[in-house]
Amino acid sequence: MIEVRNVIKSFEGRTVLHDISCVFEKGKNNLIIGQSGSGKTVLMKCLIGLIQPDSGEILYDGRDLLKLKTPDLKMLREEIGMLFQGSALFDSMTVMENVMFPLTMFSNLITIEREKRAQFCLERVNLHGAEDRFPSEISGGMQKRVAIARAIALNPRYLFCDEPNSGLDPQTSILIDELINDITKEYNITTIVNTHDMNSVLGIGDNIIFLNKGQKEWVGNKDQILTSSNEALNNFVFASPLFKSVKKAAVSEEFAKEFPNG
Amino acid sequence: MPLVKSVSTLGSYVLLMKKVFSVPERWSVFFQQFIREVCKLILDSIWIVVIISIFIGAVITIQTQLNMSTPLLPRYTVGLATRDVLLLEFSSAIMCLILSGKVGSNIASEIGTMRVTEQIDALEIMGVNSACFLILPKIAALVIFIPILVILSMFTGILGGYLVALTTNVISVSTYIYGIQTAFIEYYVFYSLQKSLVFAFIIASISSFYGYSISGGAIEVGKASTNAVVISSIFILLFDVILTKILLQ
Ligand SMILES: Nc1ncnc2c1ncn2[C@@H]1O[C@H](COP(=O)(O)OP(=O)(O)O)[C@@H](O)[C@H]1O
Ligand SMILES: [Mg+2]
Repeated sequence: MIEVRNVIKSFEGRTVLHDISCVFEKGKNNLIIGQSGSGKTVLMKCLIGLIQPDSGEILYDGRDLLKLKTPDLKMLREEIGMLFQGSALFDSMTVMENVMFPLTMFSNLITIEREKRAQFCLERVNLHGAEDRFPSEISGGMQKRVAIARAIALNPRYLFCDEPNSGLDPQTSILIDELINDITKEYNITTIVNTHDMNSVLGIGDNIIFLNKGQKEWVGNKDQILTSSNEALNNFVFASPLFKSVKKAAVSEEFAKEFPNG
Repeated sequence: MPLVKSVSTLGSYVLLMKKVFSVPERWSVFFQQFIREVCKLILDSIWIVVIISIFIGAVITIQTQLNMSTPLLPRYTVGLATRDVLLLEFSSAIMCLILSGKVGSNIASEIGTMRVTEQIDALEIMGVNSACFLILPKIAALVIFIPILVILSMFTGILGGYLVALTTNVISVSTYIYGIQTAFIEYYVFYSLQKSLVFAFIIASISSFYGYSISGGAIEVGKASTNAVVISSIFILLFDVILTKILLQ
């Protein structure tokens, strides 16, 4: 579980995160949603310590990230896996070497065991036969999978995903979402996903935090999101014509139920 | 304001170097990276060092002969002058200027691309000291092997002059050979090697610094690699003056 308390962050006098407090639960897909520029990435980078917030606390099962000493911070880092928006695979290494990298740096396994573990992770993300290829030689969806395999190589307790399906086609998107969901449930880890994709929200959103211009606007889950009365949230959710028509259909259905005789 | 900016840039440079000079997490990985950098930065530069040195050695020989066609100077002065120009200045300072263009821009754009595509963030998240992991092997590779390139350049430069003597009637081979052996001061070689150690560090560290501190998108990568070359060239020339004053006087 990760607990965020009163996190504030501003850049050059412009406040990007206004006093955010929230809880990300273990074994659940915790989604941070919001428009582009609403501060999702900044919040995530604060959570993992890439950006120092101006004030606030970030508790990893009770350990305050911002107060940890270097050795403890290093230990915590090894418990964190992260999937970056652009995959961030090391392009001088092959797929296999990428997945093995955290193991090489931080585990005491011998080479054969490391290879076995990396192979297992690659199979876990349904990737076969790409071990010796370089990241530039595989498709975006495959890169995402390799990045997931690398993120789970050290059995993380916390998994962060920044826009895991940006740049992917709808089908691949759904596969990646399912993969994240399966891994979260199977290993019972705390997963946090940034997204603005409504398909993901409705697919895997166990716990959803809606950011609007750096403010926490709404908290709920995928069953509550369509029926919320929050205006900003509705503008976000029903922005696309598809969802507008879904809403219209839902409303007219309810209308028909309430007044069966027209 | 430019002064404030330079001071703060210098400050960030010093802080980055502090991060770079720490003990690598895994020596085996460090060694692997080191070998990779040597192949990419040094082995790939051998041909350019050889070609440029041969041509410059040849040109210096021809020009010196033209400017010294007075009976007051012995003919072998041409060989002597060629050798000393190479040993004192060309093979260290000018060669490093050329290498800063080739190697420096390569380093800055590689690290810059890693910054822009969040690969450096990925390293940090894993708990790897990204500065030490990426930059230390490059500094080590250049500081150890650029002096060797400098020696190579000295030999091939003198060879360039020899080829001129052999193929033209500018100077006879025996006079040239006599010239390059006359009044040889060993210390010139050590002076050049000491300079090249400093230049190698300047190229590696400044280029890495400009790549590492990029913020923003792909356009910044181009800017960083230009800055890396310009600034490291300026510092090479500055330290050329300083070190010459210290070491030769
Ligand atoms: N390093 C930075 N310096 C200044 N402003 C930044 C920085 N990073 C992000 N911002 C600003 O913070 C706001 C939120 O950005 P971000 O978190 O990336 O949005 P998104 O929700 O699309 O991920 C944006 O207006 C962006 O311009
Ligand atoms: Mg973002």
